[in-house]
Amino acid sequence: MQFMLLFSRQGKLRLQKWYVPLCDKEKKKITRELVQTVLARKPKMCSFLEWRDLKIVYKRYASLYFCCAIEDQDNELITLEIIHRYVELLDKYFGSVCELDIIFNFEKAYFILDEFLLGGEAQETSKKNVLKAIEQADLLQECKTEKHESFVNPSCI
Amino acid sequence: MALKIVKGSIDRMFDKNLQDLVRGIRNHKEDEAKYISTCIDEIKQELKQDNIAVKANAVCKLTYLQMLGYDVSWAAFNIVEVMSSSKFTYKRIGYLAASQCFHESTDVIMLTTNQIRKDLSSPNQYDTGVALTGLSCFVTPDLARDLANDIMTLMSHTKPYIRKKAVLIMYKVFLKYPESLRPAFPRLKEKLEDPDPGVQSAAVNVICELARRNPKNYLSLAPLFFKLMTSSTNNWVLIKIIKLFGALTPLEPRLGKKLIEPLTNLIHSTSAMSLLYECVNTVYIDVNTPPLPSLSLSLCLYLSLPPQLCVQKLRILIEDSDQNLKYLGLLAMSKILKTHPKSVQSHKDLILQCLDDKDESIRLRALDLLYGMVSKKNLMEIVKKLMLHVDKAEGTTYRDELLTKIIDICSQSNYQYITNFEWYISILVELTRLEGTRHGHLIASQMLDVAIRVKAIRGFAVAQMATLLDNAHLLTGNMQRMGICEVLYAAAWICGEFSEHLENPMQTLEAMLRPKVATLPGHIQAVYVQNAAKLFATVLKSQEGNTDSTAAQETSQLMIDRLPLFVQSANLEVQERASCILQLVKYIQKLQQKDVEVAEEVSALFAGELNPVAPKAQKKVPVPEGLDLDSWINEPPSESESEDEQPKAIFAKEEPKHSRPRREEVDEKELAKRREARKQEQANNPFYIKASPSSQKVYQEAPGVEHIPVVQIDLSVPLKVPGLPMSDQYVKLEEERRQKERAEKKKKEKKKRKEKRSGRGKKHDSGPESEEDITPAHQVDIVTEEMPEKSSKHKKKKQKKEKEEKEKKKKKKHHHHHHHSDGGGEEAVQNGTVEEEEPLLTSLKNKSSTYQVVVSVIFENKCDSFLKSMEFNVLDSLNSKLQRPEGSGPHDGLTVPFQLPPGVSNEARFVFTVQSIIMPQKLKGTLTFIVKDSSTHEKLDFKLHFTCTSYLITTPCYSDAFAKLLESGDLKCSSVRLEGVNMPFHHLLARICFHHHFSVVERIDSCASMYSRSIQGHHVCLLVKVTVSIDAKCDEPTLLGNVLDEIKQTFSQC
Repeated sequence: MQFMLLFSRQGKLRLQKWYVPLCDKEKKKITRELVQTVLARKPKMCSFLEWRDLKIVYKRYASLYFCCAIEDQDNELITLEIIHRYVELLDKYFGSVCELDIIFNFEKAYFILDEFLLGGEAQETSKKNVLKAIEQADLLQECKTEKHESFVNPSCI
Repeated sequence: MALKIVKGSIDRMFDKNLQDLVRGIRNHKEDEAKYISTCIDEIKQELKQDNIAVKANAVCKLTYLQMLGYDVSWAAFNIVEVMSSSKFTYKRIGYLAASQCFHESTDVIMLTTNQIRKDLSSPNQYDTGVALTGLSCFVTPDLARDLANDIMTLMSHTKPYIRKKAVLIMYKVFLKYPESLRPAFPRLKEKLEDPDPGVQSAAVNVICELARRNPKNYLSLAPLFFKLMTSSTNNWVLIKIIKLFGALTPLEPRLGKKLIEPLTNLIHSTSAMSLLYECVNTVYIDVNTPPLPSLSLSLCLYLSLPPQLCVQKLRILIEDSDQNLKYLGLLAMSKILKTHPKSVQSHKDLILQCLDDKDESIRLRALDLLYGMVSKKNLMEIVKKLMLHVDKAEGTTYRDELLTKIIDICSQSNYQYITNFEWYISILVELTRLEGTRHGHLIASQMLDVAIRVKAIRGFAVAQMATLLDNAHLLTGNMQRMGICEVLYAAAWICGEFSEHLENPMQTLEAMLRPKVATLPGHIQAVYVQNAAKLFATVLKSQEGNTDSTAAQETSQLMIDRLPLFVQSANLEVQERASCILQLVKYIQKLQQKDVEVAEEVSALFAGELNPVAPKAQKKVPVPEGLDLDSWINEPPSESESEDEQPKAIFAKEEPKHSRPRREEVDEKELAKRREARKQEQANNPFYIKASPSSQKVYQEAPGVEHIPVVQIDLSVPLKVPGLPMSDQYVKLEEERRQKERAEKKKKEKKKRKEKRSGRGKKHDSGPESEEDITPAHQVDIVTEEMPEKSSKHKKKKQKKEKEEKEKKKKKKHHHHHHHSDGGGEEAVQNGTVEEEEPLLTSLKNKSSTYQVVVSVIFENKCDSFLKSMEFNVLDSLNSKLQRPEGSGPHDGLTVPFQLPPGVSNEARFVFTVQSIIMPQKLKGTLTFIVKDSSTHEKLDFKLHFTCTSYLITTPCYSDAFAKLLESGDLKCSSVRLEGVNMPFHHLLARICFHHHFSVVERIDSCASMYSRSIQGHHVCLLVKVTVSIDAKCDEPTLLGNVLDEIKQTFSQC
């Protein structure tokens, strides 16, 4: 997979993950172009399109579009599966996820994605394992956060 | 106190975390940029603090802003600072920010090497994990080189969580630093048998990706993968393994044989569509179309999964209601088509169904497939289906796509599948009626190509093109570049070049010199001018034979009258050609007045036929002595392969020696292949003649004259240009022809086969013989034999008559109108300016519930001054409105797109939208203009009369359909008597036909039935009797009453 984009029906980017090194200008250009192309498609159309020399696989969940770019030989259906799996993970983690969850906890959404995909390849096909890893990492973070709050708070008082 | 302030400010800054930022941005929708710039200022302040928590918070906010498209590269160093925090919370944010913001040219990456190494060896597995994840996004060649060893060690970490990540990231490392592959490979291979399924799947992933780049290094792993494939139940892993085998099998054909069984099992057993698709797609298709074509044959033998199985499975996908599966099924089908066209062709019905899908991307896929599926047998059927879709298609992109596909399908491999070129020309002519297409040029080039190369079709093509030129006003609505008006380029050229086939060259010449032509794009005008000259030569030749020389002189006068319009053209080419030809014609006229016969000499100007060049002509040119075409001009580039480790110096010396024989070896096969390719190329080049010896044509059956349609009537045809045949009739015709041929062939079979064989012996490279035993009606490029004259004379004469009448009527109308404008435009007369305008032709097109009427107005300047800045305005009524460009008010006038020099006339067209057509309408309008020199605005009032007749379209009707219509009982009756008319009955009918757009359905002695249809689909039927009474029926009584009134009026005027 070359990159994954999440954007809203209004064309606002909600998440981007690039597995190929590109400069910011190029990324912006691609994003703009793809968001336009995908949003222009009618709801009844299929989830795949050819774009430059890549294949774009996208799916709409409520107001959010999940859009992946894969190479010519890659399997479109398994990419759809990846998208779906990621949505399921978000759903499990946030508890019936909505767009706002991703906006306000965008770093969490990234952490989940990173546990699921690495370098554009699925690294863990078991949902349970992904969630376990996230929970443990969060746990680690929370202990630390508590400590840090106890460190900051006195200085504020 | 001061401390308190400082603390307070810290407090405030610290308050704004990511959530606050997001909320703030959402609350400042109007001035987002301003709000964010203040936020960035705050972040800059925060980053200056020593507190790592504050910094991390700032970096987190920056990451969000980066996603919104703001440049945060200036904070790269701060990101590194946060990455190196010892606390996981901050480290995590730091790495996230780095993975989002860093790329290869970020220079601070160099500073991270040691920090990353430290994190990789951290006792906390999540520290390591975060570092690996981050690294996967921003690894550079330097980082890869420096950290390869550390990551390799991690591949054997005790925790599968780390092992898995380390294995996956190794792929990125290999890409950046290929040298690491060799030492890491054994360990990677080990991981294929890791006890943890996650690690195993990661290893499969990596090896599969590597093998796709360079399969031959991984052949030795095949047995291992084979074992995995038969034991694994994880679809993700299976898909990757199948992909891997897809890459390996071309190198080791024996593998294919072994794979048949497990693959067939998978195909039958799996419920996962993704896996099924992968099986069918990768293994079957990609393996069978490997990069080396020579291999594919043996592979088909080795990996002989029956194609039927795949196609069957694909059929299931295509029939599925899920759009995605449908799409993928078609995609895979198109790949199979390349290797097994036969097994796909049997599913033509399914593919054609997909053309009706509501998803455009599916329709496009189906179109792609159709291209490969046509044969001589089904071409007409498929194209007919496509033409139906062209009519239905909304949205110009898809319609244009259809158009190009139709042309692609028909013209592929040198028109191999076309058996009847008359049909093809009619298709092309039908396509010109598409509005707003951008492919006029494509259609034009096809017309030219066919007319030049298929000699037998020229007579027919010229007749069609002449009609196009005559009806040019229907095409010129779209003036954009590459628009449909490009077709006129081809039409004008064909009519000029092959003018000897024209039935009425004078009429065509007249059409080419209409003032309206001046509004066409320059390059088309240029062709018009040049070909008008060719036509002129032809006309002159025919006229000079007569005893009366005035006709010839009149023709010259026509040229002299009309050409000045082009001489004024701003286009250099047009101007140059026109002035040149004008002088020539003037000279000719001078000679004519002295009674000199000039026709011969004039036609000598354009003598000589445009001859294509035979593909073998080049071979006959002797190669000059001393020229070795096979020797290199420069040293050949060395074909060094990556594995070649020989020092360059030796390599370069040896190269010429050993590359020579190798090339010669290739030559035999290569040469044949290239020859084939060249043939293909030449075949598609209109200026090459295919080497088809005349011997072949002798056997070609000329379809008998009885097949020729006299009048084909199609009720459902919208906007039919009179005189243009519809392609549909050819489908029927072709069927008949084939049937007849089949019967004839049975008789001749033996003889024919013999002859065919001998014919084939003689010719070497004519197009592929009809495998399906369908003899084409015309052959591309075949020269000697003339086809029997086919175009229906009947139709043509009628058309001519119509034309003449139109001419007459025009003059008359002029007079009539003169009166009218005398009354209305006295002001103008004062100034010595008389202007005249009249609706010449209304053409109509349907657009949902409102209808568009195009009104052509001829402006003629009868005064001695130059008129400019003309504005045309009409007072809209509720029912009829002038269409104005977007953004202009309802009372704004339209600028007339030209100026008028004295004595010149020109035509402009205006579009009106009409809601109800059952009543006639009169619209008041004014024309304002400026007379040059006086620079004052002048005004001229006029009235536009929309008669009910103008909403009728001449539509032919079969007598049986007509009878049914009358019987249906939906029609209201009415009748009228025409008083004081004494003219021959057929004149009367012709008059009704012409003035009121009716067509005669049937005529029996003393009465005739006539039919017409309105643009809104009302049927109007008339029964006209010699006693000059008309009984009429129509489904709209008001419309009928008005039409009858108008007919009455027409006859009361004469």
